[in-house]
Amino acid sequence: MTDQDITFTIDGVAITAKPGQTIMEAADDAGVYIPRLCDHEGLRHQGGCRVCTVKANGRSVAACTQPAAPGQTVENETPHINKLRRDLVEMLFHEGNHLCPICEASGNCELQAMAYRLEMGEPTKFPYLEPSRALDASHHDIALDTNRCISCGRCIRASKDVDGKGVFGYVGRGIHRRVAVNGEDLAHTDADASDHAMSDEVCPVGCIIRKRVGFATPIGEREFDKGLIGYEIEGKRRG
Amino acid sequence: MGEPRLIEISPVTRVEGHGKVTIHLDRDNQVDEARLHIVEFRGFERFIRGRLLWEVPVIVQRLCGICPVSHHLAAAKAMDVIWGVDELPPTAEKMRRLMHYGQVMQSHVLHFFHLAAPDLLFGFGAPAEKRNIFEVIKENPELGRRAVMMRKFGQEIIEATAGKKIHGTGAIPGGINRNLPIETRDAFLKTIDDMENWARDALALARGYSLEHAELVNNFASFPSNFMSLVRAGDGALDLYHGNLRALDSQGDVIFDQLDYRDYHEKIVEDVRSWSYMKFPYIRDIGPEAGWYRVGPLARMNTASFIDTPLADAALKDFKSVTNGAPNNAALNNHWARMIEVLHCVEKIKELLHDPDLQGTDLEATGHRREEGIGVIEAPRGNLIHHYQVDEKDQVTYCNLIVSTTHNNDAMNRAVKDVAVKHLSGHEQITEGMLNHVEVAIRAYDPCLSCATHALGQMPLSVELFDADGALIDSRAQAA
Ligand code: SF4
Ligand code: SF4
Ligand code: FES
Repeated sequence: MTDQDITFTIDGVAITAKPGQTIMEAADDAGVYIPRLCDHEGLRHQGGCRVCTVKANGRSVAACTQPAAPGQTVENETPHINKLRRDLVEMLFHEGNHLCPICEASGNCELQAMAYRLEMGEPTKFPYLEPSRALDASHHDIALDTNRCISCGRCIRASKDVDGKGVFGYVGRGIHRRVAVNGEDLAHTDADASDHAMSDEVCPVGCIIRKRVGFATPIGEREFDKGLIGYEIEGKRRG
Repeated sequence: MGEPRLIEISPVTRVEGHGKVTIHLDRDNQVDEARLHIVEFRGFERFIRGRLLWEVPVIVQRLCGICPVSHHLAAAKAMDVIWGVDELPPTAEKMRRLMHYGQVMQSHVLHFFHLAAPDLLFGFGAPAEKRNIFEVIKENPELGRRAVMMRKFGQEIIEATAGKKIHGTGAIPGGINRNLPIETRDAFLKTIDDMENWARDALALARGYSLEHAELVNNFASFPSNFMSLVRAGDGALDLYHGNLRALDSQGDVIFDQLDYRDYHEKIVEDVRSWSYMKFPYIRDIGPEAGWYRVGPLARMNTASFIDTPLADAALKDFKSVTNGAPNNAALNNHWARMIEVLHCVEKIKELLHDPDLQGTDLEATGHRREEGIGVIEAPRGNLIHHYQVDEKDQVTYCNLIVSTTHNNDAMNRAVKDVAVKHLSGHEQITEGMLNHVEVAIRAYDPCLSCATHALGQMPLSVELFDADGALIDSRAQAA
């Protein structure tokens, strides 16, 4: 702790942040998990999905973009906030076409894992949009099933900022805003299997698929078979 | 009276999913025509087009709620071929076999105890409230307990090999994604002897029923037909997981034998009829009139030269002795055949549990990609064919499935007509007992009409009578 460090609380737990850290970064370091979907380690913050919403001194903010401020009182795991998050996650399910039992991301998928963490029940509240978009299997090593895309933009940032390429971009506006490839199809971009954007960790769902991997990892050995999403961060605190 | 009538039974209770039987009476109340309408599998072959090949063994499990593992394995076998793999590593092949034996065991036990035992114990004409598993358990609690434990054992085998009791992911193109840990094996070994003993008792029960009710069994939906199944390559033994195709006629003479199943379309023609979504396959060499055939446990007992496990083999010899070695035609003997297979599965599971290959770590193979793959398996209900073409982008471009219920389609229609002629013709009153006879004939084939266990006599039954102009003249509904 230096004298520039900032102290504040999340759900009553004292947190120390370095100058310039967001609420989420400071929370991560302290072993307090704040749910998130569009934010990802090593990528620029976007503040798009709002699943990381917390109340800072009573005001709703995105924890992934909001700088930590001294003396702030942050609420994270409250029934009210978690309900809001659950509604957001539920809407993501309804906007796409998600059939987890036949999806190879099942068990590794952050959206599904978030639904479990937030105890999303039978989703019924919102209408299903049921998109039926053609699978893009044109690329030799990668396939895209955009029916499962949650428009988090992680692939866009990874491709642009890390790979220096721009394989992905947003098209359309509002509810119609979607992620698309920068070409006729993926084969007509400079996408490569070794791109960071195509790596396991970037796409949180089963949209960017590395071909011929499929179901090789058995049920029980998948990422979120090890614990609820956030378990690694929360593990730091428990020691 | 005097007008031609249409009797409709819908939905058929205690079979998986939905079906509808229509019986057309002529002006003298004689059965003119009886048809089984099944609306399954529409659209699936189209739905799967465009999907990625390694997804297929997982997706096809949605086809059927009660034998998803059979679809999983048949699709995986087809995808092995496309993956360029003709021989799996021993661990993969044996894990898949273990999964399959667990599946056949639990499915047969479910059918026998939950879906058929009520009819067998209480009679087909018994009131509906009596004909369900709860009554069976009430009258024979030990039998009920064993049924539950045996089913559970089979499901746990599935879970250990596929990751989940339903909709697992175990089989992948070219192999399997797990082996069997020693601790899991040891847990199964603790109860395998109970399973074997109980399977023998269940077999004795089914056998006893068939022999004691020989008159009923031999006259109820019993008719000569051709039979087809996989048999083991070379020696013609019963093999539920892999082999070549064998078809016998009603005399037991060979129509074709040791046919590489990749050539199935050379011998089997898939006929269509205007009134049904289901195809009517027949054996090409015999032709559309007489070329229909049966698949399933009874068919397998007829086609198999022997069984490679001692207890089941003795049971098969005993079964065959009843007809002096000729094919057994009685649909109700499917129950007996099923229990022979349960015993065989238990013996096979025991054999596999003692095989160290199940703890092997070589799980997958690869080879030169092919564009087309056919996988065939003997599912609990009978022969199951999965046929795919996949393009260079890994997407499915063609899919053709022949499920057991389709193979049996013509036979089931004949069975329904047979019963209808015997029990309904000339009667003016349509009693529940008589209608149930029609259902029992269908149930003897254990048709997988889509999915979901609407079992246990809980499904409402409706009967509608139409006159020649299609107007409803009478209806009966039986609440669940
Ligand atoms: S992407 Fe995630 S939520 Fe969507 S179907 Fe796949 S596993 Fe389920
Ligand atoms: S493809 Fe994946 S990473 Fe890209 S926006 Fe969609 S969900 Fe996010
Ligand atoms: S994680 Fe903060 S807005 Fe998405």
